Amino acid sequence: MNFLPYVVAAWLFVVGLYGIITSRHLIHLIVCLAVVQSSTYVLLLSIGYRTGAGAPIFANVPPGTPAVDPVVQALALTDIVVGATVTALLLALAVQVHKRRGTLDPNRLRSMRG
Amino acid sequence: MSINALPPLPVVLPLSVAALLIATAPRLPRRVIDLLAIATALAVAILCALLLVRSLDGPIVYWFGGWLPRDGIALGISFVIDPFGAGLALLASVLVVASLIFTWHYFDEVGVLFPVLTLTFLGAMAGFSLTGDLFNLFVFFELMSVAAFALTGYKIEEEEALMGAFNFGVTNSIGAFLVLTGIGLLYGRTGALNLAQMGRTLASAPADGLVIGALVLISTGFAVKAALVPFHFWLADAHAVAPTPVCVLFSGVMVELGLYAVLRVYWTVFAGVLAAHEDRLRPLLLAAGSLTVLVGGVMCFAQAHLKRLLAFSTISHMGVFLMGTACLTADGLAGTGLYVLAHGLVKGGLFLAAGILLNRFESVDENVLRGRGKLLPAVGVLFTLGALGLSGLPPFGTWTGKALIEDAAADLGFHGVSVILFLSSALTGGAVLRVCGAVFLGWGHKENEEGKTPKYQEKETKKKYTRTPLVMIVPVGVLFLLALLAGLWPTLKSETVRAAARFENPQGYADGVLEGSAETLLAVGPKQPPPSGFLSSVTATAGAVVLALTALFVRRLPQSLRRNAWRVGHPALAVLRTLHSGYVGDYVVWIIVGVAMLGGLCAWRFG
Amino acid sequence: MSERGRLLLFVAGAAGFAALLLWGLAGLPAFGDYRGPYGDVINASAVAQRHLTNMASAINFDYRGFDTLGEEYILFTAVTGLALLLREIRSEIEEAPRDASPNRDASDRSDALRWFGLMLAGFTNLFGLYVVIHAHLTPGGGFQGGAILGTACLLVYLAIGYRAFRTVSPKVLMDFADATGAGGYALIGLGTLLAGGAFLQNMLPLGQTGDLLSAGTVPVINLVVGLEVSGGFILMFAEFLKETRKPSREKDA
Repeated sequence: MNFLPYVVAAWLFVVGLYGIITSRHLIHLIVCLAVVQSSTYVLLLSIGYRTGAGAPIFANVPPGTPAVDPVVQALALTDIVVGATVTALLLALAVQVHKRRGTLDPNRLRSMRG
Repeated sequence: MSINALPPLPVVLPLSVAALLIATAPRLPRRVIDLLAIATALAVAILCALLLVRSLDGPIVYWFGGWLPRDGIALGISFVIDPFGAGLALLASVLVVASLIFTWHYFDEVGVLFPVLTLTFLGAMAGFSLTGDLFNLFVFFELMSVAAFALTGYKIEEEEALMGAFNFGVTNSIGAFLVLTGIGLLYGRTGALNLAQMGRTLASAPADGLVIGALVLISTGFAVKAALVPFHFWLADAHAVAPTPVCVLFSGVMVELGLYAVLRVYWTVFAGVLAAHEDRLRPLLLAAGSLTVLVGGVMCFAQAHLKRLLAFSTISHMGVFLMGTACLTADGLAGTGLYVLAHGLVKGGLFLAAGILLNRFESVDENVLRGRGKLLPAVGVLFTLGALGLSGLPPFGTWTGKALIEDAAADLGFHGVSVILFLSSALTGGAVLRVCGAVFLGWGHKENEEGKTPKYQEKETKKKYTRTPLVMIVPVGVLFLLALLAGLWPTLKSETVRAAARFENPQGYADGVLEGSAETLLAVGPKQPPPSGFLSSVTATAGAVVLALTALFVRRLPQSLRRNAWRVGHPALAVLRTLHSGYVGDYVVWIIVGVAMLGGLCAWRFG
Repeated sequence: MSERGRLLLFVAGAAGFAALLLWGLAGLPAFGDYRGPYGDVINASAVAQRHLTNMASAINFDYRGFDTLGEEYILFTAVTGLALLLREIRSEIEEAPRDASPNRDASDRSDALRWFGLMLAGFTNLFGLYVVIHAHLTPGGGFQGGAILGTACLLVYLAIGYRAFRTVSPKVLMDFADATGAGGYALIGLGTLLAGGAFLQNMLPLGQTGDLLSAGTVPVINLVVGLEVSGGFILMFAEFLKETRKPSREKDA
């Protein structure tokens, strides 16, 4: 239990990469990239967790109550925004590719070779 | 506003102007938008030059939000400006000015979008070079990448362009996730995001699996951006399809920033804790650099597509830069810094010249262009100058950088480095010289090359110009002139060596950032390049010329020699070319293999 | 590379990669045992220093406000990039795209969907504004609230259709919101710089902890960020939804 979240993060990273490498559809590939990204969310948020502590919001509790680390939460927020934007750009590219070629199979769509 | 308020401006100014342009775009004429963008980039260049001069004697530390560190704990984000960071930001802004002037006639159909993306790209590069906080580095890394992805996919009608941008996006995102995982590990151990504070905390305990794992993850993540082998596959694809002014920025400074990040993180965070392992780290990095140099150089020479050729030459030079910094001494780092500066200027000029050819003849294939360059003698002269500068001919700045690197390596006893540097200059310089001979003099035969260049029509501007417009040719000349100046400037070398010594001083860095104390400046005496530096550079250029002529007039060689060379070289080259398949799955596999191998090597040597 | 070769190479590489990851992760403190100084220092001192109660917002918009500026600009740049990548080119206006499927127009929405969607859109708008305004007090902030506001417009699309979506979110207004939000954040920082402080220093009066108007510049920055994020997301949706309409038949708002 002590290291399980970290193992989950490692697993997500590796399995997402597997998905990217064996993908037959660009949209699926982009979602696999999102899976790889989610491994970083899991890692960051697990690092900041403190057993028995509450959320770092002191609206109803006095400051000084045990709370989890707010820094990683801020980092994860930035990470999510970054992920959303990169996903959007990649999806736009996929849309355009589909309009030109009618296929989204990365095996048949290659950039320059050699 | 005193001079103390300068540090945020190189970042905030281009970003604000970019937002302003979007808000007012419908009402502004095209020319005003372009002029505003160019003026902003110029202003950034001036600001960076000011910061550079100010930082020569000591780092400029700026805390955002007014959050000064307390008891050695950093609460906010800091900019820590030293000559290397300010110099890279300055290089970036100079290249942006050149490319914006070049695009005066470009991109009519997208109007304001191109300058806006370029300005955010500039702001991101400036922030990336100046920051002293690891997560801030990551944020600017992503901002740089997002702007770059969008700019690469500009030609949405071409499948190759879209897939090139897609491959770029996927591989660099994976690099970013590797970096972020490393940041997570380091944060878990040190509880800090400030580079100086992290370094101090790590140095108080011996290196263990977490430290080495974080080092490998962060280094390989940034190595994807830096296009080191085997993380380099995306670069050639992206360069071949991105608009030429964008390639100037990619090859000239963006890729080099990847290596800068590795160095900055190493020398502030890891150098303290890994100080005892330096001797074992050096050969590892030198070998990695040699691999990059050779793969890049060979692939460069085998290309017929001019932009792809220049892209592979960038990869080869990145290997040289890695080798220079792998010496882990002030001389090696200083040599790399000078070489990066001059290389960025020369490579930028070469890409712009290629853009002139593309605009005139609607092709960048060496075979298609053969002989047609005779109509553009001025461009031909400039192109040849650039090729010579690329091969490190004195007195270009590339020569001083190369000589320093060779010195640094020789001082440590690694004499093979000179051979690798010779090969890099000969292969890359030779390839560009070969193109000069083919395009501008009409030499060589059409069947020489077996390059598989795409058949699609390249068109970057709406109009075709019968006379090369001044705005296209003047930036090329100015960039080459600056590269020459970099080699001739008297105090540049000694100041760079001094700055490099400070760069490689983690304790001094930490003290300066967290306590604000003036570091003890290490006195480093100026060194004249010994005659061997001059000789070896001239030899390298001569080698480039010989290679170029051999390739152009290969038919005149005896039949048996050609057949034997073919039998030996062809299979290896064919394998190398198949590996560059254009398929993103292959690229990602190589990234993972690279991380695993570096991890394994580090674990074996330091674990 | 062949499929088999690639897969074998991946398995070998992934095994090494996983081993490296696990070796590094093993050095972390156990799950639930957060030790580091950064979070604790902020938890202990932020309420007194800045009169706010949401620590994550404190970090995002005060202590590490410069990071958030960069993050906001990532969104801004991505929206600009999307406009570049999904722009209309001449050949598209003249002929249908190769992947257009005929006879598959969207069916008319049912009354229940229309009614419920609009009601939900109104409520979502309100909720989004609430999240943005209370950033320094309760969980939420400019980014979260802005995303919710963007979703409200998307509900209009789902309930009624593309035309209605464009009517409630005209392009000029959204461009303006996006740019003003992004530039506004930078201008706040420049403002504090001109006023003699550091960039993005919290210089407005801090007020009482728990009040709506407290924590100095934090609520102001949140409004600006909410503006930018909502404008940005709506522009993003609009760019993608533009692809679904019939070519050259429907002119943009």
